[in-house]
Amino acid sequence: MADARNGRRTDDIRSLERTASKLREHVVRMIGVGKAGHLGGSCSLAEIAAALYFRAMRFDPKNIADPDRDRLLLSKGHSVLIQYAALIELGVIPLAEREKVKTLGGMLQGHPDMDKTPGIEAVTGSLGQGLSIGVGMALALRLDRRGARVFVIMGDGELAEGQLWEAAMAAARFGLDRITGIVDRNRIQATGPTREVFEIPQIEEKWRAFGWNTLTVDGHSIPAVLDALDRASGMHGAPTVIVADTVKGKGISFAEDTAAFHNGILTQGQYDLALAELQAAQAAPEEGRSA
Amino acid sequence: MTIPTNPRSAYGEALVALGAKDPRVVALDADLSKSTQSIMFKTAYPDRHFEMGIAEQNMVSTAAGLALAGKIPFLHSFAVFASGRVYDQLRNSVCIPNLDVRICGSSCGLSDFGDGKTHQSVEDVALMRALPNMSVLCPADSLELAAMMECILEWRGPVYLRVNRNDLPFTTSPDSAYRIGQITPLRDGDDAAIFASGVMVSAALDAARMLDAKGVSARVLNVGTIKPLDGEAAVRHAAGVRAIVAAEEHSVIGGLGSALLEALRGAPHAPVELIGIGDRFGLSAESYGALLAHFGLTAEAITSAVLTLLEG
Repeated sequence: MADARNGRRTDDIRSLERTASKLREHVVRMIGVGKAGHLGGSCSLAEIAAALYFRAMRFDPKNIADPDRDRLLLSKGHSVLIQYAALIELGVIPLAEREKVKTLGGMLQGHPDMDKTPGIEAVTGSLGQGLSIGVGMALALRLDRRGARVFVIMGDGELAEGQLWEAAMAAARFGLDRITGIVDRNRIQATGPTREVFEIPQIEEKWRAFGWNTLTVDGHSIPAVLDALDRASGMHGAPTVIVADTVKGKGISFAEDTAAFHNGILTQGQYDLALAELQAAQAAPEEGRSA
Repeated sequence: MTIPTNPRSAYGEALVALGAKDPRVVALDADLSKSTQSIMFKTAYPDRHFEMGIAEQNMVSTAAGLALAGKIPFLHSFAVFASGRVYDQLRNSVCIPNLDVRICGSSCGLSDFGDGKTHQSVEDVALMRALPNMSVLCPADSLELAAMMECILEWRGPVYLRVNRNDLPFTTSPDSAYRIGQITPLRDGDDAAIFASGVMVSAALDAARMLDAKGVSARVLNVGTIKPLDGEAAVRHAAGVRAIVAAEEHSVIGGLGSALLEALRGAPHAPVELIGIGDRFGLSAESYGALLAHFGLTAEAITSAVLTLLEG
């Protein structure tokens, strides 16, 4: 079956949608009951993570040190649970580690740590540094004439960090078209909605002013995200940022668009409900399909 | 090859030599390549030099990315910015993953005498020393700097190198083999031990000569590597004397003196005095010498400290 809008096969899209739900399920299981975890900003990235790891990126789970691999940097490192979920689903991280997140001796730290976790490319989480690291990687890859791409996921709240704009200027100045930025615009930061805490207006205009191409997409639409990633890879001479409109806590009814689940604690009831909703979304033939 | 007396020139030349030796070497600047003399590298290897603009934080994390993709980046700025302004980037992007990034903190200490406290770094050793994985080097002269640069390529993990802006007298020997972590004895003596780093090494040698005239024999130890400090060697060199002085162009809080005291704890040792900058910032002066004298970073101050300890 071909998708009318873009020629993608609908069963392929449906498969990635299921994967996104499966990733959310891993996230919920990682957080568990009675423990704090960054549910909201992880779930807002589920479709983006699924599209990147399971379709767009050149990334071989059996050869994660391949120098030609595409790199994914999570500048908003607090949302690393979704990256762990993808790496678990790809078999890079053992499933047994899933219930040991943030435990002493565990492989899965509270923020991305390349020394502890296979598949993690850098140390990120001190906000604002990820794009700069991506600039360095892209410069090195270009010096070595490797065609690998660098994807950097940032938060919309994180854009208040001046270092990101330093990096934006550098990426444009050096013409690093192998960098694709992704802004997870879920409009909620740690202490509340960005419009109340520290709203950064005209995000796309700012990136354009710094010399970037911009694309704006529904970050929960697999076809839209895949299209944007395709288009970004086809743009030459300047880096591209995809501003993805997302919903914090997406896919879990009580957590959607709720600041409390930026780094919240799930009760047993909420945990059970979240899993039930996510499993239903995976099982249903068309339900849970993004509009 | 003649080594220039100016450490910045020696640094630039050494960096070019490393670039010839290893294609992984790249250099990054924040609009100070003329001050740091990394401009020599830019001229020699334009494709491996990146002018990052006046954006030090991005420069540091970019270097992390370069290192993660297999390069050996050398970062350049004034020491005060290369340490303090980018502390978080060094900590998180570079030191936690223990990357092979080399930070050249140029115009270190008070050596940018005219520009004043905003451009002088009297806390950088304390900051850098507190970072796990970071090594901290402070050469006494251009010869030692060149020797350090020879070793720096093979060293694993981040390195912070203090480079003085002004000409420094040669105090070290060009033919001795050097290793990072080495404490270099420059002079023997039985009454006192003077541990010194950077510009204070020549002051320590002068002090030893002044003490000699007073019948006091002092040994002088050049501590080029403040971290990792060779604790065993420090204890050995401090043994058997009746006075110990540490002299540095840095705050007395957290620098060489602190490192030495940490190393000596647990071992019996003579009383220690610290010669350095008190708990304060630098300031502008008409000459480097005037500023060093103002802060008591002189041979006379070292001499007097030794005599006071011996009389005590």
